[in-house]
Amino acid sequence: MAILVDSNTRVVCQGITGSAGAFHCAQMLAYGTKLVAGVTPGKGGTSFNDSVPIYDTVADAVKQTGANASVIFVPPPFAADAIMEAADAGVKLIVPITEGIPVRDMVIAWRYLQGKGVRMIGPNCPGIITPGQCKIGIMPGHIHTPGRIGVLSRSGTLTYEAVGQLSRVGLGQSTAIGIGGDPIIGTKHIDALQLFNDDPDTDAVIMIGEIGGSAEEEAAAWAKVHMKKPVVGFIAGATAPPGRRMGHAGAIISGGQGTAEAKYQAMEDAGFHIVRSPAEMGRMMAQVLGRL
Amino acid sequence: MKLHEYQGKELLRKHGVTTLAGGAARSADEAVAVAESLGGSVWVVKSQIHAGGRGKGRFKGDVADAVLAQVLEGVDDLPGKGGVRVCMSLDAVRAGAQAMLGQTLVTKQTGAEGSLVQTLFVEAGCQIAKEYYLAILLDRATSRVLVMASAEGGTEIEEVAEKHPERILKEWVDPVVGLGAWQARRLAFGLGMTGKTVNSFVKLVTGLYRTYDGIDASMLEINPLVVTASGDTIPLDAKVTIDDNALFRHPDIVQMRDLAEEDPAEIEAGKYDLSYVKLDGTIGCLVNGAGLAMATMDIIKFYGQEPANFLDVGGGATKEKVTAAFKIITRDPAVKGILVNIFGGIMKCDVIAEGVLAAVREVGLSVPLVVRLEGTNVELGKKILAESGLAVIPADTMADAAEKIVAAVKG
Repeated sequence: MAILVDSNTRVVCQGITGSAGAFHCAQMLAYGTKLVAGVTPGKGGTSFNDSVPIYDTVADAVKQTGANASVIFVPPPFAADAIMEAADAGVKLIVPITEGIPVRDMVIAWRYLQGKGVRMIGPNCPGIITPGQCKIGIMPGHIHTPGRIGVLSRSGTLTYEAVGQLSRVGLGQSTAIGIGGDPIIGTKHIDALQLFNDDPDTDAVIMIGEIGGSAEEEAAAWAKVHMKKPVVGFIAGATAPPGRRMGHAGAIISGGQGTAEAKYQAMEDAGFHIVRSPAEMGRMMAQVLGRL
Repeated sequence: MKLHEYQGKELLRKHGVTTLAGGAARSADEAVAVAESLGGSVWVVKSQIHAGGRGKGRFKGDVADAVLAQVLEGVDDLPGKGGVRVCMSLDAVRAGAQAMLGQTLVTKQTGAEGSLVQTLFVEAGCQIAKEYYLAILLDRATSRVLVMASAEGGTEIEEVAEKHPERILKEWVDPVVGLGAWQARRLAFGLGMTGKTVNSFVKLVTGLYRTYDGIDASMLEINPLVVTASGDTIPLDAKVTIDDNALFRHPDIVQMRDLAEEDPAEIEAGKYDLSYVKLDGTIGCLVNGAGLAMATMDIIKFYGQEPANFLDVGGGATKEKVTAAFKIITRDPAVKGILVNIFGGIMKCDVIAEGVLAAVREVGLSVPLVVRLEGTNVELGKKILAESGLAVIPADTMADAAEKIVAAVKG
């Protein structure tokens, strides 16, 4: 059944009437995602595309539709509030797509989520997709094919690149998850690796890291002891100079910490099959699985 | 967004933190006037640039290039004068100001190009008994704010972290509670402070946290934090970085932005909501998505060349954004070739192809251009480029694209 989302996932969208929310909700519906509700304060009682009911609050949406996952397109100043509202309403999987949420807001929201049994993916992420079953986020559905490889990355287009390479060598994906480029994210590399490790429908994983922080090292250290499945690894940003932020708020080498080389070493140490060229992810996976 | 020391200290004072008296100056006359108004007999005149290591930095033209190279390596006790000067007379303030204003200061953090000094901060002197290090920043591992302190003040904290991690004391802040006085006391005693210094430190550090929280800082570094001869604690320096995502609620801080400290091309890119970082190589990159943009830089290096920039046009790139990105890339004289790498998901490849063509027609093309399109409407996109009659080199995969642009640049 892959990880976190499948054909039984019932999705509510917070910010469904905004331009990004409306566009991507239409795409999610077209993909077959069970989008059961939308939330826009003040527009309760109306509907989206004449098919999805809109509510004023997440609590109403959950009560009326049984939604168990939320995707958030609310603008940055209000996004942390939206995350907390979803958690308060009992939603167990929260996926904020919003880019540019102040870190201070996320520190507070993250504190609020503790102890509530909530899984958050993102923010500032492309979302999560179990091909053929459920797409929550902004990724192009059609490039994915159902299969048995887990894909894990911070960024959107680099995840698509990995998915595209896998499809090209005839390998489908169990679930592809973009965990987000911000300093505070709900699901880190280590969490996603654990989920894939425990998933009977995933045979192997592509893990893509980025410069900055030490999440990749922590994931590799865990994997060295616990991971039962092969992992192909790539780190983006080997050419990035120290002290400069590479687009993502978290992608910065500071004080000698967070270099690509340190992350590659940790991954090598954990027995990952690392590739130094981002064009080699799919081919390496095929080789590891004996398909080449 | 980075702030100058004098701006950072202004924000500290607004939040009730006691600092030494001081004022900014943009000319030698102003520097003397500030010193006069402060009174006393000792003043410190400090270069205001965004990089650290000013005291140990040296000015271009003032010392030999070999000395500047040693500055970058972090060598101590070099000949010549640094970017922070202790002055015992008003004449010395004037002379120091004249020697630093309009000159380029090279520090370990500026890189070889250095940074032009346009503003000075003139501050009252104080008698230093001991120096400490203190920083407040986000700890990603716990998603909480972390207060770090060390008795090894004035030195590079990275060195301490590497060689003696146990000498760095840490307190994590619960955002609901704020920094507790007990946590600040634990730091003070851990640092070996005694007597009235403990209370002074607790007041200072809780004030620093209040500032950090109130201004949406992403980094607040006090290096050194000093204990004076009379036992008081003072933030002698203040390095403040604000979370860009939170600037919308701090219009007063936005006013403090010093554009002269930023790369003009990066400022231009910001206007179009493009994320651009100038690098030292020769191959310009135009990519959608930060991760893919970094990976594109990496694959250029993998095939033996260096990227000239990081450029993420974002998810919703329009024809206008692509054109602006093209202009920024081609304006860099070091660029000998351009690689466009787009994975069109939501963004359709035919729209990107049109954008690239419009940009090329508008700004011209004097270097090889390789375009790799993948994703939605890729065939249509490729067809548009092929039928354009322009010298665009098409590529199918990332590897194919990197090989082609590297070969084209080599000629």
